[in-house]
Parts: sequence; C-alpha cells; structure tokens
Amino acid sequence: MKFKAILLTGRSLKQGIGKELSKVSDKYMESVSICEVHPKDAEELGLKEGDSIRVTTQFGSIVVKCNPSQNIAKSGIIFIPYGPYANMVMGPDTDSTGMPSFKGLSAEVEPAPGERVLNVKELLSQYLRR
Amino acid sequence: MVVIKNIICPICGCLCDDIEATVEDNKITKVKNSCSVSATKFLNYYKERNLSPLIRKNGELKPVSLEEAVDRTAEILMNADFPVIYGFACSGCEAQAVGVELAEEVGGIIDNQTVTCHGPSALGLHDQGMPTCTLGEVRHRADLIVYWGSNFQESHPRHLARYSASSEGRFRKGRKERKLVVIDVRKTPSARLADLFIPVAPGQDYELMLALRMALQYDDIEEESVAGLPVEQVEELAEMMRSCEFGVLFYGLGLTMSRGKARNIDMAVSLVRDLNKWTKFVIMPMRGHYNVTGMNEVTAWQTGYPYAVDLSHGYPWYSPGETTFTDLLRRGECDAALIVASDPLAHFPKNVAQNLCKIPYAVIDPHLSMTALAAEVVMPCAFTGIEAEGSAYRMDTVPLPLRKVVDPPSGINSDEQLVGMILHAIRSKRR
Ligand code: SF4
Repeated sequence: MKFKAILLTGRSLKQGIGKELSKVSDKYMESVSICEVHPKDAEELGLKEGDSIRVTTQFGSIVVKCNPSQNIAKSGIIFIPYGPYANMVMGPDTDSTGMPSFKGLSAEVEPAPGERVLNVKELLSQYLRR
Repeated sequence: MVVIKNIICPICGCLCDDIEATVEDNKITKVKNSCSVSATKFLNYYKERNLSPLIRKNGELKPVSLEEAVDRTAEILMNADFPVIYGFACSGCEAQAVGVELAEEVGGIIDNQTVTCHGPSALGLHDQGMPTCTLGEVRHRADLIVYWGSNFQESHPRHLARYSASSEGRFRKGRKERKLVVIDVRKTPSARLADLFIPVAPGQDYELMLALRMALQYDDIEEESVAGLPVEQVEELAEMMRSCEFGVLFYGLGLTMSRGKARNIDMAVSLVRDLNKWTKFVIMPMRGHYNVTGMNEVTAWQTGYPYAVDLSHGYPWYSPGETTFTDLLRRGECDAALIVASDPLAHFPKNVAQNLCKIPYAVIDPHLSMTALAAEVVMPCAFTGIEAEGSAYRMDTVPLPLRKVVDPPSGINSDEQLVGMILHAIRSKRR
C-alpha cells in the first residue's frame, strides 16, 4: 500500500531549536527526520506517529518517521523539514535561478516497517558515495 | 554577575534588539525576552563545541595548529582554478567584506545562502523594483498584514509581536486594530492565528496573484475556482486588500522555492504595485539567517551584485543559474571552496551536495556540522553577536550593531580574523 503525494519542505520550530544546539545533535537530527502527513492518509495506511515510512521521488528515497499532523490541510500533501533527510529526495535543477525546487515535488509514501532512520554517519556516507 | 541589556539576537532576520542576558563567570546563565530558538542559542552556545583546528589526514580529521590549518586552506584556494567562497549569512558585515576581498584575491566566486532562500527575490527586485518600508513603519501604521508562504511563528517567532499584527504602534495599537491574513499550502501554527486563512494549492501562487490583480481591476474571472479557491474568495481578498489604509505583504520561501520562483516574486511585486493605485501597500521578504541581508548589501556595495558574483575575470560577473554555488556544484565546475558559517551539505539537494564532497574545501564554523565533518580543513570560530562584535542588517535593511557579550574560548578567533589570516597567508605566499 502506498499513496501519491506532493512533497513540501520548510522550517519548523523544533528544527530551529535543534540547529542552535548543533547541526549534528540528536535533537536536530530527530527534528528533521520526520514527515507530516494528513491524518486521513496515515489512517488509510495504518500508520501511527513514529512509524517508519519511505518517501520516494524521482531523485531518491529516504526513511523518515511518520507524523500525522493537523498542519496538513489537504489529503495528498506531505511535509519534511529542511535538512539532510529532505535533501536525499530533492532534485538538483534550479531553472536557471540557483534555487533548487524545494517545494512541490511529486512523491510516493509507503510504510517501511522494520526500516530505521539513518544516523549522521550513515547519511554522510551516502553523500561521500561516489 | 552582570546583566547586559539591549543585546541584538543573532539568529533570524528580525534581529530583535531587546535581549537581556545575565553573565556569570563569562557564561550566559539567563536570558530575557528571547523566543525559544534564541534562548536555546544563548544558553547552549558553549556546549558541543569543537575548539581545535582540524585537517584530514589518512581520511580522518586530526587536530592541528591554527597556522597549519590556515596554511592548508591558503594552499587549497591558491591551487584551484575556480574556487568558491561561500556562506557568511551568520557573520558580521566586517567578515563579509574580507570574504569578498578573498574571492577577488583568488579569482573565484563569492556567493552566500541567498541562493537557497531569497535569490529569486533578488531576481524579482532586478526586474520590478520593490515598494517597501522599514518594520517600524509597519508597526506604527499597517492595518492589514498579509503573510504569503511564510510560517513566521516557527521561522521568525517574534515577528508578529514585535513588528506586525500584534505589535503596539503609534497609530495602530495592537492586534484588534489590524487584520491578519495568511496564505499558505499548509495550515501552519501561523495560519491558525489568522483572521483569514487562504489555503492556496501547492505551486499555484502565481495563478492566485494573477487572479487577485484581475479582481482588483474588476475584470471577470471566467473560472469557478483559481489555485484551489472559489473565485468569490479571491474577490473577497482583493477587496480586503484594496480597502485597507496601509497594507503589507510579507512573503517567505513558499514563493521563492515553489514553481515559478523568481516569476512569483515579479508577480507579487506587480500585485503590490497595482494595489498602490488604490491604497498604500508595501512588500518585504522574510529574510531567514540574521545577516543574509547584510551579505547582499556588502557584496552589492563591493561588487555591484548581491550574490553569486564571479570575480575570476578580474571584474565582477553576475549570472544566477550559472554563477550560483548550487549550479556550479551541479555541473562540477568549481574545484575548491571555503565555507564560512554555513552547512551546504545539510541544505543542498543530495546530487549537488555530493559534488562538494569531491573537491577539497575548508570550513570556518563555531559548531561541527555535516559539512565540517566531510571537509579537508576545519577552523572553529567565535559566535558573532555573542563572543564577537559585528554589524548586521535586519530584514528591512536597517543596520544594527551586534554585541560581544562574553569572551570566546581561549585561542578561538572571530570568522573575520580567520578569513583575514587566510587572505594574508595567500598574499605572503604570492610575494
Ligand atoms: S524572533 Fe528571531 S531575532 Fe527575535 S529573538 Fe527569536 S530568533 Fe532572535
């Protein structure tokens, strides 16, 4: 079971607080490794807060924690805070502006039972992979 | 114990200037007037800190002397054909000016975090200009406040209370005398505070702005809905904007990062320009990092352009999309970098960030970041605005002095000093 979604990224208060502790602190990494989904979409996939989900776009795939949230006003929209997890599925094109498309990417969401969220070292090794 | 008042908060573009800190034994132990993000910084800045310069040896970062780290950075930049000096949005203007000088010396690119925040605003500004004002004017006069694509309660937690809808001004006394509209794709905590929340469909801000411009001219909109909204709601919003006495449109990355990018800003400025036929209306980008505005000002007064400036020709060349750090990395065109107080590895798309890991680069940052962990050289620096003085520009381009509240740890220099040392080392080697 999976659903199609529009992926948005953006700021969150927890991420703002986490980044001031340090960009490799547990608090920061926890704050940016979540994905807000519409409560109805979560229910349809049998997902609860904290369950692992896999978010996939044409540029990559990442496991994050599901966060059913009232912030998502419409079914089919998902949100991951800016940070290294969101970037795993973002595209490099900037439409000649310098700005990558951080909001509005087509994505697929599916439950990922048994899969866990990568830690800083594991994320870094993905970046270093040539 | 000493209490220091009127400290400027070095975190977001609000640059709140009323922070009070209690300092005991050269440590901040209490803060007043801070938001939760600011309090976290002021009370934790000295924790989880790397205090030693590091150089990668046999694949691992090892402590070295500062001289060695500066020397290695100088070599990296001198040996490159097309180096990039990037960052500075969390530095004082003084450090930024030295950064521009360094880019000129090594014949490279000087770029900053504008590229992934309000770069499209700069492009929109070049095309259309920007009818704007200071935050003081908004506080005293605005009776209609519109936030578009900005979750200000989480990104700029005191913006509403200090400068906009809830602030107490001379002619507008507070929340009751102002209307608050939030236009966003999510019903964020900010949207929940609004008198009117407009849930625009993702990627359709341009269409909504165009429809608003049509509604303002009383043109017929021959559709039942625009951007996911019934046309009546668009017309209602247009009427609200037209009939205010002093309106302001604060916009965030919801416009700059979404489909349309710079075109969205063109359209937003055009909307505000149209509104000025009916009433007084201004527009202002919600700048994120506390001195990203300063970096645009400094780069502009030194080179003529606000970001993404190529100094490799011996004169400044500016072409966002070509000279922007994201695009240079994407195409694999730059061959070395110095990153100052920034973490592109955590903020650029993976395919772009991966290319940074293929070139030698040095990092100057008070904290260890992912970018620092993958660097060739790491140099710790003081926190400007807490451990070092400097100047910064608020989001409305008002310059303010950042204070030194405590001494930095022994042996730790400001980023201005470190960039200056690298510049000096390069000049000495060339002589
Ligand atoms: S709103 Fe911004 S500048 Fe003001 S206290 Fe909070 S983080 Fe600091």
